Amino acid sequence: MPATFTRHQVEVEHRDTGYGGKPPVDRRPTGGGGGDDNWDSRSSGRRGPRELLIRYRLAVLSALAGDFVFFAVLVSAFFVRPTSGHIDASASFISDWHPFAIPPILWINTAILLLSTVTIEIARRQLFHEIDVMEEWLGLGRPAVKRAAPWLLTTILLGGLFLTGQWIAWQQLASQGLFFSTNPNSHFFYLVTGAHGFHLLLGIGALIFAFIAMFQFKRVEMRQIALDCTTWYWHAMSLFWIFLFTLLVCFQ
Amino acid sequence: MNAEAKTTVNPSRRFFTTDSLALARLYLFLGLAAVVAGTLLSLIIRIHRTWPAFAFPFAGVPTPEQYLAVVTMHGTLMIFFVLTVVPQFAFPNLVLARQIGAPGMAFPRLNAAAFWVALASLLVLLAAFFVPQGAPISGWTSYPPLSAIAAAGPGQGAGMDCWLAAIALFCLAAIAASINFLITIALRRGPGMSWSRLPLTVWSWLASSALTVIAFSALLAAAAMLLADRHLGTSFFVPSGEVINGFALTGGASGSPMLWLHLFWFFGHPEVYISILPGMGLTSLLLANFTRRPVPAPRFMLAALLLIGVLGLGVWGHHLFVSGMNPYAGTAFGLTTMAIAIPSSAEVLIWLLMLFRGRIQLKTPALFTLGFLSFFISGGLTGPILAQPALDAYLHNTFFVVAHFHLVMAMAGVFSIFAGIYYWYPLLTGRLMNETLGHLHFWISLIGAYGTFFPMHLAGLAGEPRHYAQLAGPIQSFANLIPVERGISFAAFMLVAAQFIFLFNVFRSARHGAPAPDNPWRATTLEWAPILHPTTWCSPCAYGSEFAPPDDFLPQWQSRASIPDSPVSTPGKSGVS
Repeated sequence: MPATFTRHQVEVEHRDTGYGGKPPVDRRPTGGGGGDDNWDSRSSGRRGPRELLIRYRLAVLSALAGDFVFFAVLVSAFFVRPTSGHIDASASFISDWHPFAIPPILWINTAILLLSTVTIEIARRQLFHEIDVMEEWLGLGRPAVKRAAPWLLTTILLGGLFLTGQWIAWQQLASQGLFFSTNPNSHFFYLVTGAHGFHLLLGIGALIFAFIAMFQFKRVEMRQIALDCTTWYWHAMSLFWIFLFTLLVCFQ
Repeated sequence: MNAEAKTTVNPSRRFFTTDSLALARLYLFLGLAAVVAGTLLSLIIRIHRTWPAFAFPFAGVPTPEQYLAVVTMHGTLMIFFVLTVVPQFAFPNLVLARQIGAPGMAFPRLNAAAFWVALASLLVLLAAFFVPQGAPISGWTSYPPLSAIAAAGPGQGAGMDCWLAAIALFCLAAIAASINFLITIALRRGPGMSWSRLPLTVWSWLASSALTVIAFSALLAAAAMLLADRHLGTSFFVPSGEVINGFALTGGASGSPMLWLHLFWFFGHPEVYISILPGMGLTSLLLANFTRRPVPAPRFMLAALLLIGVLGLGVWGHHLFVSGMNPYAGTAFGLTTMAIAIPSSAEVLIWLLMLFRGRIQLKTPALFTLGFLSFFISGGLTGPILAQPALDAYLHNTFFVVAHFHLVMAMAGVFSIFAGIYYWYPLLTGRLMNETLGHLHFWISLIGAYGTFFPMHLAGLAGEPRHYAQLAGPIQSFANLIPVERGISFAAFMLVAAQFIFLFNVFRSARHGAPAPDNPWRATTLEWAPILHPTTWCSPCAYGSEFAPPDDFLPQWQSRASIPDSPVSTPGKSGVS
């Protein structure tokens, strides 16, 4: 560390009662005028342009961590349920878990969902494109919104298409006589696809909200937050779907 | 009492307030309503067990089903709406943002919404008493098939649906509130409040909030599956060959009740830590304050606290030793349970060390902290006993278990809640609670609580079972335990009577208590700072004259440089006004 020069007597480090580690940066003598470009030493609310974005993003990611546990618990049924059976009168073990072939349309749905994560990511990146954001921030025009809007609309359409596809898959199963209550495997199929579909329905609501927000919100920052949080949610739902789909295809 | 109290008056006047102090007050009233209802139910339990022929006004002599409904609602109210709501939601709203020097919560509206959902949850739960056939009877753990089939008993129809809806709502409220706390702690700490300067209370809320997000998400999924079993014809939890009230269940599905047991206790055991970790953080803080010494080995304390949170996720199987779970799994869960005793003992030993090193000032909050410590030890010592699968085979579902969790979770939890209320009361009202009444409340409660729950160990060792409405009916197996039950009941009446002293003290001191000075406990943490959103200058719990002579403590909002006699006379540049 280079020598520092200051006219003031600097504060001496005392024994700290805390958990150790380095003292916070704001107490280091810097020699110059204080070198206060460290946002952490400012009070909350004045920590740079991305402070709110990071706050909302972290909240969505925490909620998604809880959601991950939610789906993990549903999936636990998939592993436990086949092992539970009963012993019949002739002392043989009877399991009522009957695997069935998943409707082929799910492959198309999966492709659509993966495509939608690409389109929403493109929309998100448009809204964070630095020169365009600067232009919007200065009020010269709305290039970022104009570029992001079609991608976002595409995502909404693809999301709707995915849900329609899921609906068709349910109809196909129902026409084969497989309903929610038919057998343990169909319980599970309808439960996870239903729970996931409900999450996507919320996601489409969030997409529509983000779309309206892009045109209605005055602050560039809030427009970015609305789309950014929706994007992370949407990515997570795609990721969850890949896990669920793999389970349904390979591990019945 | 200070500027903060005055500035918060206006927003709290609004009905749907986002002010966290007003929300803390609302949460405390919610907890009070629940604890009154839960205590009345526990009195019904005590009276019926001791005097089975006693006819209650308006209700007559309870049937065994009604008794079970009372037990179910007692447990649910106390665990969710008292032991979770107060330490995990009321206290953080009261002090969390202030203790970290934040200008407010990260998501004030989410935080406020969580309260109203929690209130709706309580109302839906209490509605179970008034639906046809009354409240559910399957205990707060709601094991299937009893909870999955409406025909299984009175209250298992509409009452059980109310219970499940209330729990689902509570899960949503808990997750929302906890996400707000997590983000507030992570991102809204004030200038100078580094992770290493967070008080242990804040660390404990960080750990319990993370546990809440995980555990309540699991419970939400399990509740959704149970609702599907009840109403959508699935069979996740309903076994085959089930005979209910003499009628064989048709359908032949072979679901797994064990799955619910695992899922429920994957929530249920972390829930114990959700309700006790804040108490542990508060105990460290209060013992440091009232012994006027810093927390020794704070890093070690913190590691133990977080380790308890992490290990708490892996011990749920010790509730399932006699449920038909694989015995090898039982051994594994016994080992993890023994492992969690290590950090817990580390915490206890350090608290004892703190008592040994400093002379404790016996103010009321300190007394209740000592009470917490006493219950945590006496209740905790039976933990490793119950963690042995072989011993548990005998003790399971006896009153030994009831004694264990009422001491280590309920009484320790409630005493730490009392400590917190006595300690933080000036933040709510600007006044102090009466010390004499506080001492009286403590001693009667302590004697009442031990008198109630200690003899239960002996009754449990003698084999007295849980969930039995009567000990001596046509079969006289446990008739010789009736005198013990009578003694327990009288101690319980004393315990309840002592709470009137507390209520009187709370409501009287709000108007007539001694006005509190700015920092009544001469504390170091930021909730007592005389200025809004102060900068943090040092670690928490800097008690002792070596930190800020001639005074014996250095508050976190005070720089050493600002003390006249200190070697430094110029305050450093803080970056914030």
